Amino acid sequence: MTNLSAVKRKNQGFKEKIEAESGQSVTSCYQCGKCTGGCPLSFAMDYAPRQIVRMVQLNMKDRALNNSTIWLCATCSTCTARCPREVDLAAVMDTLRIEARHQGIKPKEKDVALFHDIFLNSVKKSGRVFEMGMTVAYNMKSGNLMQDAELGLPMFVKNKLNLTPDKIKGAKEVKKIFDKVKEIEKVEGGH
Amino acid sequence: MKRIGVFVCWCGSNIAGTVDVEKLSEEIGKMPNVAYSCNYKYTCSEPGQEMIKDAIKEHNLNRIVVAACSPRMHEPTFRKTLAGAGLNPYLLVMANLREQCSWVHHDEEKATEKSIALVRRAVQKAEFAVPLEPTTDSVTGRAMVVGAGIAGIQAALDLADSGHEVVVVEKEPTVGGRMAQLDKTFPTLDCSICILAPKMVDVSGHPNIKLYTNAEVDKLDGYVGNFTATIRKKARSVDEEECIGCGICWEKCPNSVPNKFDMGLGDRSAIYIPFPQAVPSVPVIDRDNCRYYETGKCGICQKLCPKDAVDFEQEDTFVEEEIGAVVVATGYDLYDPTRYPEYNYDKYEDIITGLHLERIMNASGPTDGKVKRPSDGKKPEHVTFIQCVGSRDSQKGHEYCSGVCCMYTAKHATYLKEHYDIDSSVFYMDVRAFKKGYEEFYRRTTDQFEADYLRGRVSRVYGEGDKLIVKGEDSMLGEQVTLETDMVVLATAVEAKPDARKVAQTMGVSYDESFFMTEAHPKLRPVETNAAGVFLAGACQGPKDIPETVAQASGAAAKAINLISKDEIENDPLIANCDTSRCSGCLRCIPVCPYSAVTEEEVTEWNHGEEVTRTAVNVNESLCAGCGTCSAACRSGAMNLRGFSNEQILAEVEAICL
Repeated sequence: MTNLSAVKRKNQGFKEKIEAESGQSVTSCYQCGKCTGGCPLSFAMDYAPRQIVRMVQLNMKDRALNNSTIWLCATCSTCTARCPREVDLAAVMDTLRIEARHQGIKPKEKDVALFHDIFLNSVKKSGRVFEMGMTVAYNMKSGNLMQDAELGLPMFVKNKLNLTPDKIKGAKEVKKIFDKVKEIEKVEGGH
Repeated sequence: MKRIGVFVCWCGSNIAGTVDVEKLSEEIGKMPNVAYSCNYKYTCSEPGQEMIKDAIKEHNLNRIVVAACSPRMHEPTFRKTLAGAGLNPYLLVMANLREQCSWVHHDEEKATEKSIALVRRAVQKAEFAVPLEPTTDSVTGRAMVVGAGIAGIQAALDLADSGHEVVVVEKEPTVGGRMAQLDKTFPTLDCSICILAPKMVDVSGHPNIKLYTNAEVDKLDGYVGNFTATIRKKARSVDEEECIGCGICWEKCPNSVPNKFDMGLGDRSAIYIPFPQAVPSVPVIDRDNCRYYETGKCGICQKLCPKDAVDFEQEDTFVEEEIGAVVVATGYDLYDPTRYPEYNYDKYEDIITGLHLERIMNASGPTDGKVKRPSDGKKPEHVTFIQCVGSRDSQKGHEYCSGVCCMYTAKHATYLKEHYDIDSSVFYMDVRAFKKGYEEFYRRTTDQFEADYLRGRVSRVYGEGDKLIVKGEDSMLGEQVTLETDMVVLATAVEAKPDARKVAQTMGVSYDESFFMTEAHPKLRPVETNAAGVFLAGACQGPKDIPETVAQASGAAAKAINLISKDEIENDPLIANCDTSRCSGCLRCIPVCPYSAVTEEEVTEWNHGEEVTRTAVNVNESLCAGCGTCSAACRSGAMNLRGFSNEQILAEVEAICL
């Protein structure tokens, strides 16, 4: 049983923070379930996307940040496209992932979080993603050594897989973006 | 010579989809006296009716059978068709092939067989049909409105503005009804009494309105167009003519009793006016709580009254009013929430109903419009609303939805946040906000005024310290939750008044299982009743909000005006008739008649060269509703219902059974 009054007292301002950072009015949600109905991943989630919104509405911070749903969300934005209350739920999920990382909460889907990290690292280093390097790094770190290995050769034959990162224009600027974000997070008390 | 024409209707595929209409019209065409038989896709259409008219002329038809839908649907249509072709409209007989055959059967062969029997029955009845002429009656051009809440006020003003005299009878000492108790009205949040008071004043000042307050209708005699109402004017103990409403009496009265108008939250004196805008502004003595009536001493009000208007000896008086139409607008009551022991309404003072909150928020209410907890007078920081208390609960309350609670709760939550900065939570099952501007209002309540809506019925409310704990399920979250709150407001169901059944019986109106009065047809005759000349307005017919009530009241007034502005009305000729030559004078018909239409009379006749006077009966054509009970009770076969005569019924039985 949840004491909603106590939860609200403890997590005062959580809903408002998520709303401000995502730019979305979570309050607007009237719990129709259209998001969940169309979500291609809801079968694998521990809470339905609609329930995540409800948790935010009720300031249930711990549960809203510590679940598999926010990590399994693939940001396909089917929910966003269909929401009758104009809530960009994909953006809310993104905000919740960021907030969870800021709070140092161990992601419930650790491979998904790992993938995000490796992807961003790859972009940071080369200015755009280096598929081969990212895949190898992900497989090594996640322990799924042979994951997607059967796709490697056909892609290589069709010239879809480079063995070295592409050199692109503006790689330095991309790096600067990463530095800037880090700086902002430091100022605002992120991790 | 009877020449019967039979017209079988397909009703599109409604009948023709199940019944072989070709075979049916062919078989019926073989019956003796059937001069013409055909079938047509939509007989009620204009070409269909023209076809009947042409056939009447061409084949010289003098009795018509239409085999189609229920006579309740199209009998009036086809009667007009007959009249248009120069035939008496009562020479029409309908066979109901749709509701009584095609809609309830699937087997075409058997359905066709049954339809042949049904039409054969109609043909045999038509064989004995005779032309009938309606009689007429004069109409009293005045109306009575019972109840002077917003429904009665609106109906009375519409009637009076049309130039008719209106008698308004109100049970309470003032007009205004429930709406006078409300603080604001949804969805526009205008002040209830501010929009009501001008209408209350209009009612009391209108030259065409005769207002009786503190009065009840004891009896309604007569019939449509010509009613006599007996009105009991309850003793007010104050002379209405003399009183100037100065207020000395109620200011000086030493007794103090809970104020019913304020839902018992504040006190009033024993001589009182219910609220400052009361119309008429004449006090009434609450005899159950007055020292003079309790002890025979006191009489301060009488001593101080500058007009000598206080009259302790006043008694109930009766007046009779002649009217042509009645609008019943007796309103509603609210469900008693003590029937939910889990809500602990009678245990904690801070658990109140929506109407209590209306009075608390009202500037002339017990707290002068300041929101305070009844227990300690502290301002609540958070209020929890519980919906459907007695509504949508067939076990403890009513099966129906009360229709107004969702919106008044949204209004309360909005107003609490906007004007008092008090947060709200609402436990609901569904939010029904379906009228113009309602959904938008509800959305503002949640979005702009941030009321927390939790979907689920509350299981229990209990106290903990100076807080109330509300326990229930948030079914959106899928788990049991508790909420700490300072005040709980129960959205109690709208229900019929305790005396609704008695009022309905007095007016001759039928009522449903919840004692709401029943309209003649839920869609097409929503303000008429099964009692001709009696119309319904407002929540006595079912829960409704102010806009709907006002619309219905104007509708009822229009129907009443339609009736009383006529010089005379036609009576339905399908009524009972006594053949006094056969009447044995047993008088069995008198007690069985539900409309008191049969009366005893002396008839004088010649018998074997002698003049003999004996007892027989007479039927009042205006009172008779054509139910046929007398005809069934009559031992000598003297009583006959026109259009359903004994010989017609026997012929029908024969056609079906033999």
